Amino acid sequence: MTKILIRGAKVLGGEPQDVLIDGETIEAVGSDLSAEGAQVIEAEGQVLLPGLVDLHTHLREPGREDSETVLTGTKAAAKGGWTAVHAMANTFPVADTAGVVEQVWRLGRESGYCDVQPVGAVTVGLEGKQLAELGAMHESAAGVMVFSDDGKCVDDAVIMRRALEYVKAFDGVVAQHAQEPRLTEGAQMNEGVVSAELGLGGWPAVAEESIIARDVLLAEHVGSRVHICHLSTAGSVEIVRWAKSKGIDVTAEVTPHHLLLTDELVRSYNPVYKVNPPLRTEADVMALREALADGTIDIIATDHAPHPREDKDCEWAAAAMGMVGLETALSVVQHTMVDTGLLDWAGVAERMSANPAKIGRLNGHGRPVSAGEPANLTLVDPAYRGAVDPAGFASRSRNTPYEGRELPGRVTHTFLRGRATVVDGKLA
Amino acid sequence: MMRHLISAADLTRDDAVLILDTAEEMARVADRPIKKLPTLRGRTVVNLFFEDSTRTRISFEAAEKRLSADVINFTAKGSSVSKGESLKDTAQTLEAMGVDAVVIRHGASGAPYTLANSGWIDAAVINAGDGTHQHPTQALLDAFTMRRRLVGRDEGLGQDLAGRRITLVGDVLHSRVARSNVDLLHTLGAEVTLVAPPTLLPVGMDNWPCEVSYDLDRVLAKSDAVMMLRVQRERMNAAFFPTEREYARRYGLDGERMAKMPEHAIVMHPGPMVRGMEITAEVADSDRCTAIEQVANGVSIRMAVLYLLLGGNEPAVTHARTEESK
Ligand SMILES: [Zn+2]
Repeated sequence: MTKILIRGAKVLGGEPQDVLIDGETIEAVGSDLSAEGAQVIEAEGQVLLPGLVDLHTHLREPGREDSETVLTGTKAAAKGGWTAVHAMANTFPVADTAGVVEQVWRLGRESGYCDVQPVGAVTVGLEGKQLAELGAMHESAAGVMVFSDDGKCVDDAVIMRRALEYVKAFDGVVAQHAQEPRLTEGAQMNEGVVSAELGLGGWPAVAEESIIARDVLLAEHVGSRVHICHLSTAGSVEIVRWAKSKGIDVTAEVTPHHLLLTDELVRSYNPVYKVNPPLRTEADVMALREALADGTIDIIATDHAPHPREDKDCEWAAAAMGMVGLETALSVVQHTMVDTGLLDWAGVAERMSANPAKIGRLNGHGRPVSAGEPANLTLVDPAYRGAVDPAGFASRSRNTPYEGRELPGRVTHTFLRGRATVVDGKLA
Repeated sequence: MMRHLISAADLTRDDAVLILDTAEEMARVADRPIKKLPTLRGRTVVNLFFEDSTRTRISFEAAEKRLSADVINFTAKGSSVSKGESLKDTAQTLEAMGVDAVVIRHGASGAPYTLANSGWIDAAVINAGDGTHQHPTQALLDAFTMRRRLVGRDEGLGQDLAGRRITLVGDVLHSRVARSNVDLLHTLGAEVTLVAPPTLLPVGMDNWPCEVSYDLDRVLAKSDAVMMLRVQRERMNAAFFPTEREYARRYGLDGERMAKMPEHAIVMHPGPMVRGMEITAEVADSDRCTAIEQVANGVSIRMAVLYLLLGGNEPAVTHARTEESK
């Protein structure tokens, strides 16, 4: 493998530096590094981050290859600056056995665009009744560390307690999709002013908050760690903040769309805004941004949820929930957090790379940009401005809520263990 | 006038009064031996019903036929829709047939809005009831009925409902009739009070332009019209109220309660009535109950809406007048 010299990039948004990659590793970080024998990338004005790590991605394979495959999903990930994604378990069949998680893991290795770390289901068939073979999935080649019934809530308190306890044996973590099922029967959007007017079934904040409250108390009681997926309400922030202040080992994620979009958009009845948990209010959005800035929320995760066109090209109630997010996440984060002064690029690196890798116990990712570390890197041009054009997506699906919206920032290069997966914004 | 009728909230006061006045003219047609106007001759109107509602469909159909439109009825039952054909496919089929207006009833809130704004179809879209969202022609026919009874048939022309006190009782949460009525009655200057058990009121309605009460007896004496909303018995299975009997006792309208209303006040019901639940037979069959009138008025209102959305500059109404004056 040849050497690559990234010249003059602002490492984590700091002073311009040169970064020399040799093979799979960062050989040196400094000023005026020799370009001898190296391919040079002029990166003046650009920001160099550790490769992004997504703890929450739906790659849809096996089972829904019409919406995404591991290959198309990892291409989309690379374009978005991600070097590792956690593939959620709600596939067909469900990733609740060592066989399925190994299949997904292997497909990821073959794709070569991005590391794929499978998430294992907590319960058999995501049915919330019987624990899946968590140990077997952990011991498989996939080495599963994160378990989630995402899409469904582990609502039975005893099952949740046991899962939290059981995965302690191998330092695993349960990632909860917090949604009290009875309170959200027929739910179509956030319950509030807009749902009352539109006559759409309400998804009340309390359905999320009550589960989070229960689960942080369970985690405290059994001495486990717990991770909360896609936190979406101001009340959830308060609960997590309180739990952390008590020393409870809870981590939480927020999606880019919950940092930007509100339920006012649902007035268009455009299913592209239909997502679970639903878009909330402006007050929630502001609370989430603040919580992400102050560390109450640990990470940004995309909840990339591809759907084929026909699942969104219909009336609201019939439409599927979810949005693609891998290729727009960093831009939305720059727009909502960096350009607003809430977070610097070092903070972004922490929340989109180091922290998710730490929660997922993922080796080789989320590392500092320094000599001797694996060359998983993302180069961003923060000065770029452009309208989102889904036609250019690498993802097989186009269900983005940002079509035509002007967003800042563009990933110009992504490196996975020294190999460029993206060059000048295009897949390599 | 707008191109579509999706929500009562989209109507201005003047739009609404124009529709009511036009409906008054249309009602005169119904009194003539030949109940037909040539206004929509050669125009095609489709009644696209994804949800069963014989009453509403027949009302629209009568209105369309009295305006001489070509009528196509498309009901979901037994059609391709129930086999999973999408709203989009159906819309595109209708577009290919060159229809001028689509009257749509759909179980999903927002489906008419989506149909009107999707670009799938060019026709005018009239919402005949969508999920728990809106039912604008129902609100218009209710307002029409109120104006006739409370202001007067001829005196009412050009008038709104300023200062009239209207009470709606029942399942507001699941009611598109309630939402449409609150919007339209407010636009027309009426003072609206919603009465329901708290379980049947939506969270997030604090800024609706109306009052809310949990106590029917306290508002009856100051109501010019009391509209009883249908309450489905099955709601008690989801714990919205304990039993049918308790609901009827607290929120049903019986003779005793009706006696508390001012003498001129009317009782309204969008139908179909659940006698013994929200309304007793005694009240339903009394002179003060306008349920049957509402049905008749529905045809006039729907004629007016179709005429105003599709008729363009054809002077259908003055035409009717000149014939009468002859
Ligand atoms: Zn989820």
